[in-house]
Amino acid sequence: MKTLVIVEHNNESIKQTTYSTITAASKISDEAYALMLGHNLSTAIDELKKSNHLKKIYFVDKEDLGKPIAENFCDEIVKFLKDKDFTHVFTPSSTFGKNLSPKIATELDVQQISDITNILDGHTFERPIYAGNAIAKVKSNDPIKVVTVRSTCFEPCKLDSNVDVENISSELPTNELVNFVNYDESKSDRPELTSAKIIISGGRGLQNGDNFKLLEGIADKLGAAMGASRAAVDAGFVPNDWQVGQTGKIVAPDLYIAVGISGAIQHIAGIKDSKFIVCINKDEEAPIFKFSDFGLVADLFEALPVLEKKLQ
Amino acid sequence: MKALVCVKRVIDYNVRIRVKSDKSGVEKDNVKMSMNPFDEIAVEEAVRLKEKGIVTEIVILSIGSESSQETIRTGLAMGGDRGILVKSSDEDIDPLNIGKIIKKVCDKENPDLIILGKQAIDDDCNQTGQILATLLKYPQATFASKVEKNTDDTLNVTREVDGGLETIKVKIPCVVTTDLRLNEPRYASLPNIMKAKQKKIDILDINELSLDLKKRVEILEVNDPPERKPGIVVPDIDSLVDKLKNEAKIL
Ligand SMILES: Cc1cc2nc3c(=O)[nH]c(=O)nc-3n(C[C@H](O)[C@H](O)[C@H](O)COP(=O)(O)OP(=O)(O)OC[C@H]3O[C@@H](n4cnc5c(N)ncnc54)[C@H](O)[C@@H]3O)c2cc1C
Ligand SMILES: Nc1ncnc2c1ncn2[C@@H]1O[C@H](COP(=O)(O)O)[C@@H](O)[C@H]1O
Repeated sequence: MKTLVIVEHNNESIKQTTYSTITAASKISDEAYALMLGHNLSTAIDELKKSNHLKKIYFVDKEDLGKPIAENFCDEIVKFLKDKDFTHVFTPSSTFGKNLSPKIATELDVQQISDITNILDGHTFERPIYAGNAIAKVKSNDPIKVVTVRSTCFEPCKLDSNVDVENISSELPTNELVNFVNYDESKSDRPELTSAKIIISGGRGLQNGDNFKLLEGIADKLGAAMGASRAAVDAGFVPNDWQVGQTGKIVAPDLYIAVGISGAIQHIAGIKDSKFIVCINKDEEAPIFKFSDFGLVADLFEALPVLEKKLQ
Repeated sequence: MKALVCVKRVIDYNVRIRVKSDKSGVEKDNVKMSMNPFDEIAVEEAVRLKEKGIVTEIVILSIGSESSQETIRTGLAMGGDRGILVKSSDEDIDPLNIGKIIKKVCDKENPDLIILGKQAIDDDCNQTGQILATLLKYPQATFASKVEKNTDDTLNVTREVDGGLETIKVKIPCVVTTDLRLNEPRYASLPNIMKAKQKKIDILDINELSLDLKKRVEILEVNDPPERKPGIVVPDIDSLVDKLKNEAKIL
């Protein structure tokens, strides 16, 4: 068995999700390879070269691949796979991977397996369904397994190797039906939600965007990432990409602090794998208490300033 | 411009899921079923585009049992013009096969815009729109939070991606999948619910589509998720900080 990992990156550096996906690939066999598509990739390749488990890195460096347009990526990947004998294609289950990987599977006429959380053998995987309220054990009968990997379920690989690299040239035309217009990146000095060790999230209980400052002070002290419930995002308190949950980001930090969040199943689906969950909520009946290791019944507007001080 | 909207009948998002004791799946008997929430957003978007005069006809498509007609009716009550049910006794069809069925309908209907939810909240697959776009060789705009028609035959679609918001321009015909922030779906009014009863639903049998729909992925078993060990309520902030330091050893 031989696995190809599709690398997620931003042309400058490698996303953590890639390193977790490499670990998942290494559980299939020792034959794990990576394919990286993008533009001006030299620094990112130097970074990826350090990954353990990889036999080789293939890359295509082309201006049209500077933006991750799924149509262009898919064409390159399918062309690359054509005369090779890969049995598995693994992509992180991020918005990048979810957008791209089903296209690869369709071109190969196979059924993708989404968002795996465990690998039992080369054909058998576990994946959550119904917002993680059930876990399905599934077996693929397809000749090539196209899989997206939930990165929080696999440790990132170690980075002390020096992998061979091969430049693949490509003359494939660009897809003219789709064009990149703009990327409005939400910039932050804080860690990324999906790889953070500590996360503090706010919900509707915060009442407005300004009040998220109460969480910021604590996030600064803890070096934490900041997240939110859907209700807080829908109300416009914070940007869309802060949403944690079934249909937002799945996180698994050492510590997750939920403030003014009731604990709807869709939110819990995104935080269940956290090592410790803490909640602060004024309603002791809120479902979030059932999922919290330590719960504090309190008005957040009184509790947060005190907590910030105690963290000195 | 003609729009096709794909809607799936799923267990209502408020229902507590119970795994069957024989591990074959989840309990669906006597459980409240509804339109997949992302598909409500898809119908709403089509209706808004029609209200703006951009879309002229809205066809609502569902693949499933006879009961999926109710879901189509919901879409018709929200503003869809007519419906198509592809009837199947098997409700667990792989997304690739769903994609092939929708493509078959598209070959006949030739819609300019196909709107799907980004994800069905039962299988949580997040694949069908991408599969369909690939089969049709149409451009895809997934996870849409804003759809704008340009003066030429293109759409600008803003997409919710992990690091922020990305905007792409896609040529019509195209496939769009909806994210939560695209719109807030309306409730159908009583008169519109009544009117929807008169609207036409064509019923096709899945076996008449001459497609090879063999299952690619077997579900071996369905289990309850591992339970978290029960936690405690702490009396005050001092004890919370103490727990985090000494038990969780995080601070
Ligand atoms: C298809 C679909 C997908 C969804 N996906 C997601 C998802 O990915 N992520 C997600 O989060 N949700 C998701 N949801 C929404 C989810 O069902 C809930 O509506 C949402 O999580 C509620 O957010 P909340 O807890 O902030 O708000 P609420 O449920 O309103 O809870 C607010 C909480 O704040 C507490 N509070 C209020 N004031 C104070 C105060 N002063 N001090 C302390 N506590 C206070 C209240 O007691 C209450 O418990 C989804 C829903 C659907 C239908
Ligand atoms: N049986 C079905 N009938 C109609 N539409 C469907 C069906 N299954 C999936 N879809 C559409 O595909 C979207 C994504 O589903 P999935 O890829 O299964 O997560 C849904 O939101 C629907 O719009």
